[in-house]
Amino acid sequence: MATRRRPITRRGDHKFSIGMVAMISVWIARLRRAYVTTSLAVLGLVPVAALANPEPWQLNLTKGVTPTSERVHAMHMISLWVCVGIGVLVFGAMIYAMFRFRKSKGAVPATWSHSTKLEVIWTVTPIIILIVMAWPATRLLVDMAHTDDSDMTVKVTGYQWKWRYEYVDYYEQNPGVGFMSTLHRDSNRVRQLGSGLDPASVKVGDQSTYLLDVDNPLVLPVGVKVRFVITADDVIHSWWVPVLGWKQDAIPGMVTSAWAMINEPGTYRGQCAELCGKDHGFMPIVVKALPKDEFERWLAEQQAAKAAAASAGTAQTAAPASQTQG
Amino acid sequence: MAHAATHDPVAHDDHHDHKPQGFVARWFFSTNHKDIGTLYLLFSLLMFFIGGAMAMIIRAELFQPGMQLVEPHFFNEMTSVHALVMIFGAVMPAFVGLGNWMIPLMVGAPDMALPRMNNWSFWLLPVAFTLLLSTLFMPGGGPQGGWTLYPPLSLQGGNGVAFSILAIHVAGVSSIMGAINIIATILNMRAPGMDLLKMPVFVWTWLITAFLLIAVMPVLAGAVTMLLTDKYFGTSFFNAAGGGDPVMYQHIFWFFGHPEVYIMILPAFGIVSEIIPTFARKPLFGYQAMVYATASIAFLSFIVWAHHMFTVGMPLGGELFFMYATMLIAIPTGVKVFNWVSTMWEGSMTFETPMLFAIAFVILFTIGGFSGVMLAIVPADFQYHDTYFVVAHFHYVLVTGAVFSIMAATYYWLPKWTGNMYSERWGKIHFWSSVISVNVLFFPQHFLGLAGMPRRIPDYNVAFADFNMISSIGGFWFGLSQLIFVGVIVHCAYFSKVRATARVWENAKGLEWEVPSPAPHHTFSVPPVLKPGMLAHDDVSH
Amino acid sequence: MSEATTSQDHYYVPHHSIWPAVGSVAMLLTTVGAANWINDATGLMGQPLMFTGIAVFIVLFFGWFGSVIRESLAGVYNKQVDISFRMGMMWFIFSEIMFFAAFFGALFYARMLSVPWIGGEGHGALTNQFIWDGFTPAWPTNGPGNVGGTFETIPAWGLPLLNTMLLLASGVTITIAHHALRAGHRKSLLVWLAATVVLGAVFLYYQAHEYIEAYQHLNLTLGSGVYGSTFFMLTGFHGLHVTLGAIMLTVIWFRCARGHFTRDNHFGFEAVAWYWHFVDVVWLGLFLFVYVL
Ligand code: HEA
Ligand code: HEA
Ligand code: CUA
Ligand SMILES: [Cu+2]
Repeated sequence: MATRRRPITRRGDHKFSIGMVAMISVWIARLRRAYVTTSLAVLGLVPVAALANPEPWQLNLTKGVTPTSERVHAMHMISLWVCVGIGVLVFGAMIYAMFRFRKSKGAVPATWSHSTKLEVIWTVTPIIILIVMAWPATRLLVDMAHTDDSDMTVKVTGYQWKWRYEYVDYYEQNPGVGFMSTLHRDSNRVRQLGSGLDPASVKVGDQSTYLLDVDNPLVLPVGVKVRFVITADDVIHSWWVPVLGWKQDAIPGMVTSAWAMINEPGTYRGQCAELCGKDHGFMPIVVKALPKDEFERWLAEQQAAKAAAASAGTAQTAAPASQTQG
Repeated sequence: MAHAATHDPVAHDDHHDHKPQGFVARWFFSTNHKDIGTLYLLFSLLMFFIGGAMAMIIRAELFQPGMQLVEPHFFNEMTSVHALVMIFGAVMPAFVGLGNWMIPLMVGAPDMALPRMNNWSFWLLPVAFTLLLSTLFMPGGGPQGGWTLYPPLSLQGGNGVAFSILAIHVAGVSSIMGAINIIATILNMRAPGMDLLKMPVFVWTWLITAFLLIAVMPVLAGAVTMLLTDKYFGTSFFNAAGGGDPVMYQHIFWFFGHPEVYIMILPAFGIVSEIIPTFARKPLFGYQAMVYATASIAFLSFIVWAHHMFTVGMPLGGELFFMYATMLIAIPTGVKVFNWVSTMWEGSMTFETPMLFAIAFVILFTIGGFSGVMLAIVPADFQYHDTYFVVAHFHYVLVTGAVFSIMAATYYWLPKWTGNMYSERWGKIHFWSSVISVNVLFFPQHFLGLAGMPRRIPDYNVAFADFNMISSIGGFWFGLSQLIFVGVIVHCAYFSKVRATARVWENAKGLEWEVPSPAPHHTFSVPPVLKPGMLAHDDVSH
Repeated sequence: MSEATTSQDHYYVPHHSIWPAVGSVAMLLTTVGAANWINDATGLMGQPLMFTGIAVFIVLFFGWFGSVIRESLAGVYNKQVDISFRMGMMWFIFSEIMFFAAFFGALFYARMLSVPWIGGEGHGALTNQFIWDGFTPAWPTNGPGNVGGTFETIPAWGLPLLNTMLLLASGVTITIAHHALRAGHRKSLLVWLAATVVLGAVFLYYQAHEYIEAYQHLNLTLGSGVYGSTFFMLTGFHGLHVTLGAIMLTVIWFRCARGHFTRDNHFGFEAVAWYWHFVDVVWLGLFLFVYVL
């Protein structure tokens, strides 16, 4: 064969390129499938709720389900557009210069190399832009730091590699409910090295929940200001549900706090967001937000189950009673 | 590429004023800034490939959802060691190598100020990386807590912990000595008439970088020493039960870590400030502003460290202070970007490979800077932190920033080093292949991060599958493109038939272009006499 | 160029030197040995390897500084080379200052932030309420976990005060020695330099005494929570620097005795004197922040 001519070619190249072609065609098929939804999402036509959990081809931050998370999203969009705007100007000028002032087009170099006026302009303008961005950011941050006057407190403790939730108070009562929350067993089976099982097969309804599902979700009421007190038992973890609009590190021996008031019922997924060892990728978080009355019913059930278990003398780490998934 | 029989590679060898030296004497016992510079650069290239190979393992595992290739703990080792190798093994030594080669030439010095120490600085690096890489083969493995080595996680490792920590100490000693040498060279060895404000911008940026290095490398040494004693000698620096705090480590680490990222970008700014005026055939716009901006960035870099820790639960006042301080860095950096664009404006540009890389640097680094400013906004960083958005940010500033500038510098000065011209054609192929693939590699990571994919995970939900696959394809493509880079260098050094002139580039200015190509083994044994027009910045009325 | 080595016109660039490479070998042996040793390795790969490395370092110092001294005596260093050495030493000391800064930073952080937080002050209310209920912040402390058990501290106005005097005095003696050197009073130089070394040695003796006291009678150890950690790491690294400084002064004494230094060319002496002053100043910081306050 006439391949001698191209010394760059390696032995593996041929096989590799076949693999590549196969992959690319799979990928094109996916691209086509996703094209419609993506373009709709970009144009903002898909309702926000669709981005409560990660979606294929998702491009942007979720607006989330709390008033705060919407403000966080807005803050993100402001800074994004500011950057895009400056980028268009700067890169536009560069590209213009590259076409206009090339030697091959006979451009003759100027000799100037200084202009105080220009330099003042492009020092002062960014300062103003930054102040404009810093202002709403400061206000938002102050509000986010304000964890007082909450009606409920949940204590979150990170362990390698699971979470513990304790309902510390609810309208000034201590419900005395607490449980562990670990990766759901379906995901766990699939995620073993070389399991050969298809991650796409792990689903709840039509939503893929691979690595985003747990045995016992954290159940919260809608419309109540919940304060989270967050800590860890062994190494640092970080508790993050994107639709709540924040993440907060869980530090052993120290307690940090944050708050959320969820707007609408639903199941919201997140993950541990601080490297915490080998199974850091496998300690998801699920928050199940219920209307207030349903939540109170659920809480009462838990308390009853706990009382029953205690009188039966079973271990205190009992799982929450009869949970329905998703 | 030429297939000429490999005749004796004489390209590097100069036959002049003293007896030919043996291989060992020349390369192991050297006191010559050019040879030591070459050693640094070759070492850096090797580390780039080792670190890159680890990145390829990362991208291969992340190619699809599901665990296909490696165990999670090994994945974490790859992430951690990839970063350590790239930062301490590839980017920093590359800049030190460039500094070694070029600073004495640029300021008209006969060599580095402390030539023996210079060689020691280099030869500590192989020691450091022997220690570091050997941990991969130990029971318990190498570092798995990320390159940031946060306790308590990093203390959970096995025997490797002590080795990695000592490796960091040794690399730190190397950097400090290298920096001392560079400062002494710049402050003490300039040719008569080479005033501080006439120095090339590359020299300026290195002077400031060296100061940063001396200020922060010892702090890193202190931080990892505390890790060592916490693990092995029962201290409680990072243990709340004993009155310490795990977050204390993060403060000390990032007091080093943030200046460290500017250590990896300031020399890049210098390189680009050399290249753009050459190919725009127009003097650098706002020379003094460039110098002051560099100094301001360096100053600010000491008061922004906690922007890496917005989610640890600092007091509100702290969060606000670090947000404002961080945002301020955009201003001096913006001055630089605007000045580069102005330098191009009304120039007469040609687009040889160094210029292409320099232009790509300006655009892509700025994109990385933009995401940096977004990250600085605390409430938004609560969402971005520890996601692929951050990974995208720092690869834009590090790969298309620092690494691209190193490539630009290599193309720019390669003819001076080897005496031959590289293949412009293959240089351009390398450039286009790299610049396209690197964006395929890192741009989609912004989307992944915004959609909610955490960093440092070996496996992910299927929602993240598509962009990960695109990113991996970009990664393999970018990795393969770097083989072209090596090809071009080897070809230029050993096979190229086109001899370089002393000036090499039409409008190149500065002392390095006054000596022949290849630069003789010893240059400026007698300080050069500066003549008008020799320097790019003789006239610094502004 | 190579023939120009005895001229003062040129910046002296040494030709080859094996010492940097030897230094790297020494570093490899020492670090591998030390890491193995810390990991409880027994046999040749631990302590013996480390000490071999240190031995190579000692050979290296004789070799490397030996050639520097020889070159210096041969007069190949001009003024510019001298300035390079000075800059090198100054920036080296600056890097040492930053190393200590990391540990002082840890001390201040613990005293002013983490301990009060754990004790529920300011930002730490929840931390105290949920985890360390009942702990009241104080300094010195070994934390709410009473890590390492109850301990006592070393009173500032005993040995530490004496040590402060000793080091301050040594700062004076070395300055007198320097004046003597500049005035060409060899005898006085040797006496005052020796006095400096002796003061340093006595300092170290008391420091060792204090450590023994702390470990044997006060139960104050490296493991005594964050107080013990900062106390021993700061004073320990300082003590190590005093030791090195004293060794360097001793070497300088011998060099003075051999007449290596002239009235206006004695950079080696000055470098070590700077170093000694640096160690002195660090001690003042230690005395104030570790012992007194
Ligand atoms: C070379 C390396 C480099 C450089 C130069 C930078 C530059 C910047 N970085 Fe980046 N950064 C890293 C390397 C680097 N970074 C790394 C490695 C990490 C992650 C570490 C880890 O966790 O592992 C990180 C992480 C990181 C974080 C923490 C994110 C997180 O973990 O949550 C933040 C937050 O503030 C940040 C901010 C910035 C800012 C504001 C700049 C600024 O300097 C950018 C300034 C530049 C511009 C802004 C563009 C040009 C300016 C203009 C055109 C003017 C007008 C612009 C405006 C007014 C917006 N960086
Ligand atoms: C200067 C620093 C630098 C450089 C140059 C790079 C270069 C690259 N990085 Fe790196 N990276 C970091 C610094 C750097 N990185 C840091 C600091 C982290 C954070 C670590 C942490 O979380 O602690 C990180 C983390 C990091 C991650 C996230 C890992 C995780 O969170 O789990 C990923 C994933 O894609 C990645 C990918 C890459 C790729 C594909 C390249 C490519 O640019 C590499 C290209 C080079 C080559 C590929 C080598 C050359 C070619 C060959 C070897 C030929 C063979 C080629 C093939 C087989 C295709 N890096
Ligand atoms: Cu827990 Cu990551
Ligand atoms: Cu930073």
